[in-house]
Amino acid sequence: MKIRIICNNIVYGGRKKNIRIEGVKMSNKKTRELTPIQIKYKDIAKGKEPKRPVVSNCIRAFLVGGIICTLGQGLQWMFINYFNFTEKTASSPTSAVLIILSVLLTGFGIYDHIAQWAGAGTAIPVTGFANSIASAAIEHKSEGYVLGVGGNMFKLAGSVIVFGAFSAFVVAVIKITIKWIGGY
Amino acid sequence: MLVGHQSWQFKTKPAIISSSAVGGPFEGAGELAQDFDIIHKDIWLGQDSFEKAEKIFLEHACERAIVKSGIKKEDIHFFLSGDLMNQIISSSFAARTLGIPYFGIFGACSSSMEGLALASLMVDSGAAKYVIAAAGSHNASTEKQYRYPTGYGGQKPPTAQWTVTGAGAAVIGYKGEGPKVTGATIGKVIDMGLTDPFNMGAAMAPAAVDTIEAHFRDFNRDPSYYDIIATGDLGKVGHEIAVELLIKDGLKLPLEKFKDCGLLIYKKEQPVFAGGSGCGCSATVTYGHFLNLMKKGELNRILVIATGALMSPMSFQQKESIPCIAHAVSIEMER
Repeated sequence: MKIRIICNNIVYGGRKKNIRIEGVKMSNKKTRELTPIQIKYKDIAKGKEPKRPVVSNCIRAFLVGGIICTLGQGLQWMFINYFNFTEKTASSPTSAVLIILSVLLTGFGIYDHIAQWAGAGTAIPVTGFANSIASAAIEHKSEGYVLGVGGNMFKLAGSVIVFGAFSAFVVAVIKITIKWIGGY
Repeated sequence: MLVGHQSWQFKTKPAIISSSAVGGPFEGAGELAQDFDIIHKDIWLGQDSFEKAEKIFLEHACERAIVKSGIKKEDIHFFLSGDLMNQIISSSFAARTLGIPYFGIFGACSSSMEGLALASLMVDSGAAKYVIAAAGSHNASTEKQYRYPTGYGGQKPPTAQWTVTGAGAAVIGYKGEGPKVTGATIGKVIDMGLTDPFNMGAAMAPAAVDTIEAHFRDFNRDPSYYDIIATGDLGKVGHEIAVELLIKDGLKLPLEKFKDCGLLIYKKEQPVFAGGSGCGCSATVTYGHFLNLMKKGELNRILVIATGALMSPMSFQQKESIPCIAHAVSIEMER
């Protein structure tokens, strides 16, 4: 494959090679046109890429995610049976305990190691959300409490909150519209 | 002196009078631990931020190299350094400490050989008698700047690489004992349209191949000229691609000769995914491991091709592809 450039008729290793100038157009994704050489290279690179272990990742995510949820279920049961919570109100202290655990593990630098193994298993439950906030807050403490911790805490979680709130708004509008038309 | 299209041959053969490699705890547990001058047990180095720690790594590497060279700091004319931080703060702040006239350079992970090539050129041309070239990186500060907070539990793919925490420095002089820098090939920016920041090896491989081919063409040399031809931080994925591209272009490098610093520095069981990366990777392996082997007489001629990915976290978010560069420097031991 020639990814090559420069001038004509260069002697290399006793052979003459004709090498053309290959300009690469750089722009954003919408307008970027990959040259045939780039497309060919992408295929080569793709072929050499080690595959993500999807099946074992799924099993691990299932196991760890399941363990976290079982732990949550156990906590909820404990709050209902020993602390006079109802099934509905018990969810708040349950999440709080999981969040505290997640933040502690993040602070001690353990969470990211578990997450590398567990993948989506630790990312999807509330623990993953807590980890994204805690890790950013700890990381940016060196830039001070206001601009560092405060300003960066929601660096990763911010978009979840923004789009979570926005999609809730859209769903609510749809629901109200349906009701207004005379639906359920 | 210009040779061919993009290479320099250093007629006066500037000498690497001394060199040093400083690493963190993870590097100390690696394959090349014995080649580091200093191994720090703590990645914070008593500082309150990773960025400050990175600066200390660079300072230690420079101080160590100066002490080993036996040359007074005042006699070193220039300091060339590069790192991966925004506005190359680690290098500039280390230069503030050293108090040596300074050029800050940025070639991402290729800064190590960029610095060595320029330092040798300065010495060769008589612009300086002694120059110190350094480069360093820090795993946590790099993760923080380019990817996610270090404590964030995002799963990394097997193509990801582990940024080396460490720094390397070399004092280059117009005379003196030690391995000689005989030539350098300056790379072009090559962009093959890859966009995955977790697969830098694949993005950088074509740049390395381009520079390697340019080097052999410009000097009209054969790969058999060198005992070791080592790329900077292509990692497992990039190195395999580079081998394949070179074969396709009719340049077969024997695998026992064609190495990658990112694959040498860590032990197999260390969880570094596809291998090591960062300025500190090529700098510590070259200035530590390779130069030690040369002094021991196990290697006579080496070619180091430091590779760099010239993207920023912003350019990646703006959906730009990853432009890459590679600079090659040939170091020879004269006996």
